[in-house]
Amino acid sequence: MAVASKPSALERVTSDPVSRRKLLAVTGGSTALAAFLAACGSDSSSTTTTSATGKTGTEQFGKGDVGILNYALTLEYLETAFYADVVKSGLFKGSDLETIRKFGSEEAEHVSALTGFVKQMGGTPASKPKTEFPLKSAKSVLELAATVENLGAAAYLGQATNIKGASVLTAALSIHSVEGRHAAALNTLLGESITPDGAFAKPAGAEEVLKSVEPFIVG
Amino acid sequence: MSDQILGQPELAGVHIDTDSEDISRSEVILKGALAAGTVYGALSVGPFVGRALAMAESGDVGILNFALTLEYLEAAFYKEAKTRAKASGDLESLIESIGRDEEEHVGALTETIKKLGGKPVAEPKFDFPYSGTSGFLRLAQTFEDTGVSAYNGAAPQIKAAEVLEAAGSIVQVEARHAAAIRLRNKEEPAPEAFDPALTEAKVLKAVEPFTA
Repeated sequence: MAVASKPSALERVTSDPVSRRKLLAVTGGSTALAAFLAACGSDSSSTTTTSATGKTGTEQFGKGDVGILNYALTLEYLETAFYADVVKSGLFKGSDLETIRKFGSEEAEHVSALTGFVKQMGGTPASKPKTEFPLKSAKSVLELAATVENLGAAAYLGQATNIKGASVLTAALSIHSVEGRHAAALNTLLGESITPDGAFAKPAGAEEVLKSVEPFIVG
Repeated sequence: MSDQILGQPELAGVHIDTDSEDISRSEVILKGALAAGTVYGALSVGPFVGRALAMAESGDVGILNFALTLEYLEAAFYKEAKTRAKASGDLESLIESIGRDEEEHVGALTETIKKLGGKPVAEPKFDFPYSGTSGFLRLAQTFEDTGVSAYNGAAPQIKAAEVLEAAGSIVQVEARHAAAIRLRNKEEPAPEAFDPALTEAKVLKAVEPFTA
């Protein structure tokens, strides 16, 4: 990914009340990301979501379904790395730690399934991004986890109608509902609504999702 | 038409009754879905539903009417639970909130079917066999997990993008309900990384006794 010379997505999101509101709507109104954005608002060296070739959205990961699968793979890599870091952080024990381990192992299964799928379709699987997450307290970590899972569920939902292949759609749906389960479980742990969007979950487009996770990708 | 679903104890007494002729298809699929869930677990429902709907001739309207039947069942279940589940505190609020979601799903599906020029199925009468809070929670878990697999199984058959988007947005909410109910039952909110699928042969065998 190329380094941006224009204001970072982070700055745009924090300074633009409209896109920030949209972001919060997508992430279920969780305060975790908002707090994180505020804390990192001065960072001007983040990467853009546009590739060196100028392609945007899932296209930068490949054409059609392969691009969508690689986009999903990138998000799953991010979630897997996040849970692994959280387990190592020592912030959790007992049943909370077990839940985090379980969710992390499920994300890892998504990674290997998506990798296999991309290969099967003759594509090259996206490489694992280098990630870094703020792991300050148990509560802020749970909030970030909820934010990431709610965003992940919205990301899969956002691609459902872009997918061409029936088997790709079936796989994406079977992962999508698991991300929704994770999100609801974390929202429950936080005492927040399990359905922050109400009776109908809202989708999120690739551009929006990639901007939101940009702060966690360091290379 | 009156049928009983046999198998798992909590499903043994679920009745779906109707006098209307035009709703038989959705009812048969829903009963088959619950039956498949009974034999192989709720998450095995998807492939059955997909296959059953593929055989239906009514396309997106048929799928939406199937979904509507499922939502009628859930809405009625939670409405009744307000007095029958003997819940209090957080669980009472959860029942209220989930019930409201299911009613909104009923409304949205009804509208969508009309927009597509179809005829929404009539609401069947349901009879839910459970007693007490724990009985309610067990049946709720079965219904929610079944709902997730039913939508996931049906969705790949959907033709119109807007219908697929609506189904996706509803199934995620069903998954969220399932996770919350499972936590109440002290079970894994997301037991599997993927909804497990059975081979078609196994599904057919599972539903055979119920599809006569």
